[in-house]
Amino acid sequence: MNGPIYLDYQATTPVDPRVLTAMLPYFSDVFGNAASRSHPFGWKAEKAVDNARAQCAALIGAHEKEIVFTSGSTEAINLALKGAAKMYASKGKHIITSLSEHKAVLDVAKHLEKEGYEITYLAPDEKGRHSAEQIEAAMREDTIVVSIMWANNEIGTIQPIHEIGKLCKERGVLFMCDGTQAAGKIPVDVNEAGVDLLCASGHKIYGPKGVGFLYVRRKNPRVRLVAQMDGGGHERGMRSGTLNVPGIVGLGAAAEVARLDLDSDAEHSVTLRERFEARVFKDLDQVFINGDPDNRLPGCSNLSFAYVEGESLIMGIPNLAVSSGSACTSASLEPSHVLQSMGVGDELAHSSIRFGFGRLTTEEEADYAADEIIRAVNKLRALSPLYEMAQEGIDLSQVNWTGH
Amino acid sequence: MAYSDKVLDHYNNPRNVGSLNKDSSSVGTGIVGAPECGDVMKLQIEVEGDRIVDAKFKTFGCGSAIASSSLATEWLRGKTLEEATAISNTEIVQELSLPPVKIHCSVLAEDAIKAAVSDFKRKHSEEDA
Repeated sequence: MNGPIYLDYQATTPVDPRVLTAMLPYFSDVFGNAASRSHPFGWKAEKAVDNARAQCAALIGAHEKEIVFTSGSTEAINLALKGAAKMYASKGKHIITSLSEHKAVLDVAKHLEKEGYEITYLAPDEKGRHSAEQIEAAMREDTIVVSIMWANNEIGTIQPIHEIGKLCKERGVLFMCDGTQAAGKIPVDVNEAGVDLLCASGHKIYGPKGVGFLYVRRKNPRVRLVAQMDGGGHERGMRSGTLNVPGIVGLGAAAEVARLDLDSDAEHSVTLRERFEARVFKDLDQVFINGDPDNRLPGCSNLSFAYVEGESLIMGIPNLAVSSGSACTSASLEPSHVLQSMGVGDELAHSSIRFGFGRLTTEEEADYAADEIIRAVNKLRALSPLYEMAQEGIDLSQVNWTGH
Repeated sequence: MAYSDKVLDHYNNPRNVGSLNKDSSSVGTGIVGAPECGDVMKLQIEVEGDRIVDAKFKTFGCGSAIASSSLATEWLRGKTLEEATAISNTEIVQELSLPPVKIHCSVLAEDAIKAAVSDFKRKHSEEDA
């Protein structure tokens, strides 16, 4: 196999050629400002944006008037959480979220804490899941928002969203859901799930980077948000700024392709993941799946390889473009906050790697990836004093280590 | 992260990987670090008279940790115990061109050398006693 093989589909995806084709006219030919109401240039752009709005809405079972275009999920999360917190502050200032959320949610929560809001950060179980009961137990009279992601970006665990949504409805609490990894990958229906706010991003679903949307429920209940960007009052006043027409057209096209190909895309990714994992588990012992094997995103395989360290493992597979659960490559030596929140020991958290399979991954690539990781793990285990001690029957948790 | 050629060389072709008999009176063993910190080094020396005749290592850790311990075993062979304990982490940093975030790897290697030497000395002071 030549060159690095891309297995990082949870980080980003290539733009699908069908999406690119749809976008191209909107750079130079149909270049109008969608807010220009006085001439055909503007009308054409507006029509394209409306079409994309309908495509995005169809992906998540929403009405097109409930879609607010943003620069991506991070902006959508900021608008949803800060906007709802400000709008409903008179009702209460308590928000419930999870320790395993993306940093975009956790950092917004920290920001709100500084502004006087109270945040409850729930720890997921060992598979990364939250139950509706756990969330209910954390609810108070002044709880205004629950923010739980549909599926986790690192481990792929899918939450019992429908149960959480039902609970939030019963209690009259807004349910914000980060759908970045789920929308376009697994069935997402905001009405069935009882979600009030949901974000999604173009580049996770074979669309362009720098564009995404926030779904804002307009009935039962009608959700209102305080805008976080002031200006021309675009997007029904919720997000000012000239619309990124080519990006929005691409997002819409990507949403449509993802909706139509949802089942075949998922089946393709699951098949490759199962093939890859079967090969790895056949040849290596002491490999652990991080997350919930029964409720997992189709293309996500997060594995910990006991007795080897993540950064050296990544070094040993230079032909695989994967992501490490250990942040050792940065200045901090902190392992992934998601794995830590699930109670995965630091030792296994340090040796975790996320393999992401997607639309363009081939069987040959999945097999090659398995062979490469097997080779690298065997090599590093031959170097590992921990593997040697474990083979000798020493219980590593009982060793008196000299930490540094 | 970009690794220096020397780190890559030691990672791809680690020197003196293996284990010596830790119960032998001529062998000193140093194990330093902790799994939860992401690195554990085991460094062993075999001593004849006052001179190190063999050195072996096994390391759980990043590429720089593997390279630091691999380099240490190369340097240890043929040295006296006194010369061995004089090896400092800054020499390892220099030889491998380690970036600041990887200096702890070299410190760990220095600690491993000192631990192996003191294990050997402890065995012999027990014998003498």
